[in-house]
Amino acid sequence: MAKEKTKESLIHITKRDTLPQWKSWLIRIISIVVALIFCALIIVLLTGENPIRIYATMIQGAIGTSRRVWGLLQNVAMLLCVSLAVTPAFRMRFWNIGAEGQVLIGGLATTACMILLGNSLPTYLLIPLIFITSILAGAIWALIPAIFKAIWNTNETLFTLMMNYIAMQIVSYFAYVWSVPKGSGAIGVINGSSQAGWLPTIFGQKYFLNILIVAILTIVVYIYLKYSKHGYEISVVGESENTAKYIGINVRKVIIRTMLVSGALCGIAGVLLVSGTDHTLTKDTAAGRGFTAIIVSWLAKFNPIYMVLTSLLIVFLQKGAIEIASVFELNDSFSDIITGIIIFFIIGSEFFINYKINFNKKEEDK
Amino acid sequence: MPVPSIELKGITKTFGHIVANENINLSVNRGEILAILGENGSGKTTLMNMIAGIYYPDEGHIYIDGKEVNINSPKDALDLKIGMIHQHFKLVDVFNATENIILGLQEDKYDIKAASKKIQDTCQRYGFEIDMNKKIYEMSVSEKQTVEIVKTIYKGADILILDEPTAVLTPQETQKLFAVLRKMREDDKTIIIITHKLHEVLEISDRVSVLRKGKYIGTINTADANESLLTEMMVGEKISLDIERTDPKNTADRLIVKGVDLYNKEGVQVLHDVTFTAKSGEILGIAGISGSGQRELLEAIAGLKKISGGEILYNNPSTNETENLKDKTPLQIRNLGVRLSFVPEDRLGMGLVGNMDIIDNMMLRSYRKGKSVFLERKKPKELANRIINDLQVVTPDAKTPVRRLSGGNVQKVLVGREIASSPTVLMAAYPVRGLDINSSYMIYNLLNQQKENGVAVIFVGEDLDVLIELCDRILVVCAGRVTGIVEGRTAKKEEIGLLMTKMKVKEDKDNG
Repeated sequence: MAKEKTKESLIHITKRDTLPQWKSWLIRIISIVVALIFCALIIVLLTGENPIRIYATMIQGAIGTSRRVWGLLQNVAMLLCVSLAVTPAFRMRFWNIGAEGQVLIGGLATTACMILLGNSLPTYLLIPLIFITSILAGAIWALIPAIFKAIWNTNETLFTLMMNYIAMQIVSYFAYVWSVPKGSGAIGVINGSSQAGWLPTIFGQKYFLNILIVAILTIVVYIYLKYSKHGYEISVVGESENTAKYIGINVRKVIIRTMLVSGALCGIAGVLLVSGTDHTLTKDTAAGRGFTAIIVSWLAKFNPIYMVLTSLLIVFLQKGAIEIASVFELNDSFSDIITGIIIFFIIGSEFFINYKINFNKKEEDK
Repeated sequence: MPVPSIELKGITKTFGHIVANENINLSVNRGEILAILGENGSGKTTLMNMIAGIYYPDEGHIYIDGKEVNINSPKDALDLKIGMIHQHFKLVDVFNATENIILGLQEDKYDIKAASKKIQDTCQRYGFEIDMNKKIYEMSVSEKQTVEIVKTIYKGADILILDEPTAVLTPQETQKLFAVLRKMREDDKTIIIITHKLHEVLEISDRVSVLRKGKYIGTINTADANESLLTEMMVGEKISLDIERTDPKNTADRLIVKGVDLYNKEGVQVLHDVTFTAKSGEILGIAGISGSGQRELLEAIAGLKKISGGEILYNNPSTNETENLKDKTPLQIRNLGVRLSFVPEDRLGMGLVGNMDIIDNMMLRSYRKGKSVFLERKKPKELANRIINDLQVVTPDAKTPVRRLSGGNVQKVLVGREIASSPTVLMAAYPVRGLDINSSYMIYNLLNQQKENGVAVIFVGEDLDVLIELCDRILVVCAGRVTGIVEGRTAKKEEIGLLMTKMKVKEDKDNG
């Protein structure tokens, strides 16, 4: 009988078991190399510049001077702090994309303390008060969507996203109320002369305390997630809600508790940004870190230690990209293109780590 | 001899080391309804999925109208005019019936009016009664099924495969479906219907092919068949498994389930007035076609499902007090001192966390112990290593995520953990499903040991041979009702087989 063959597809994709660590890291490194080569190609095609010079300028822009190094570290610390904040929720598969708003509300609480109590309280009381109110404010902002999720199972992604816009508008409103001069809509530097409520400068470095606090938080969050009972419950709820119920974990309680932790950490980020860095508040104080933090956390597979590396990578790319945009007088968007390409490749590499591509042979050997 | 519409020759399909289908031969003619009969896990759906292009056979040949074909995808199947109606419907909820039916068809232009007309004609021809403008999410299960069937016919299928179509239907809806199927048969379509309900086979089919444990048993004309003959083909002759069974010692009523009613999320009653007693020192088997309420029953006892009526009482052997477990959460039950262990059917989705290693999975039951906010991993690690040694779990080490272990080893880890908490009641749902012979025997031995230790063991199984050899008593359920309790030592397979399908027959008769 004539064998009537219909066409067979050329490739099929299967899920890999689990790759050994070194192999998955090899794939990630290859992906970065390929991304750099690809970017070089784009650079040559679009600008005609020498890609090696462009890369050198990027490095120069990120870590060229000691001032730039401190700036880089400060930015890494801020991004890392927000990333640490979203991570407990993410490990629970609760997609909190409202960190931007939670940071802003934390920052608003900081600003309120600085403006309203700056001249009446001594520093040793003011600074702790700033931390407490900001942590509470961030936590409350995160608690609202958590309660709705836990009780009515509302979609946390949309909810937390919308909370961002509410936070921005509230901040805009207070920026108007407290604006200097009145009606300008901008708060300006708070307590510029008395420096009341400013985080202190240590070792002559304005950002040292920020970096130190975030370094400690990184370790605390790492231990919380890995070695505490709470962290364990978060993982179980995230991996399988059915298993959590089966062993008697109160899933609602874990959702609410974890979001409180998430929001509290965002509140600390708000303190560090307002009291430790900008000494003012605008609706752009968080500067999109609430969203970038999602990438940082995700790329690091929700591991706080890896997040040091991923936040460094992203800040490095951002700083370098801004530098090439100005040195080579390229359009601002060009730096975004390069950052985008590199992140795309890194995320894309996860596909090759999880899946294997099989090329079908012409005839099955039977 | 007419050329058969579909002919399968020597079809074999394996998944890893599990043989789902072994050397199966089948043929169906045009204008004929063939029933494929078999217990759960006998390979019916796998076999049909190969015709529908979802799986690809490892060995064997498929012929359509006498020509050998190679079916790589559902699209290939459709090109050969084969359509399958799955148990789980594949419809877009927010679209209406018409939109769902024409979805994915590559016609020259999107002409919904012409399509509606054509769909109306199809419906009239076969007697479907359905409002084509109704959105899917507003439809009942039976209506959704109708849409699936109309969709399949509209796409030009001449060969229809229905995977347990009546499982979700009321007796009246089943009658309607059968009327439609008969009209299709008159229209010279080829129909294959998968089922495990004997009376339906006798009612609707022309011929019956029986599968058992992946093997092809035989095909007979329905006219020559009767229930006991089919049961025997389906469950097979008694095979001796040589599972040791000791006589129960010092039995006492441990768990008393009284008149339990339970409704699922959709508001359908899945347990009706279930009453039984599990005694310490014996293994109580639960037999029934899967989906007859076994899962819900165990979950209700474990505190995972809220019962709407009845009582679940537990006699605590250490305090001699009786606790009512109704309306208690799993944690509350545990805090009452009820040592209840549960090996759920869904091992990686409920019993264990796939991405966690063996040590962390051991902690699931014990991590709360102690006042410290930190985890104590030393004892779980010892337990993990002990289970790996004692139960011969094949794993690189205790730090391997359990999802990377084979099915048998996953089960050993789960059963090992549940036994480690020295329970007084041990519930196990399908604990040997998918396991090879050796692992299965290890599980039987573990259950027997627990029984010797005076534990009340509840064993939900699907293999009647095992149930008969392992259990002291067997509770048979059908459609959420208890249809009988038989003694394991004297029970006959046919007897249990009939009890498993009994209820429906009676109901159908009641309904005329």
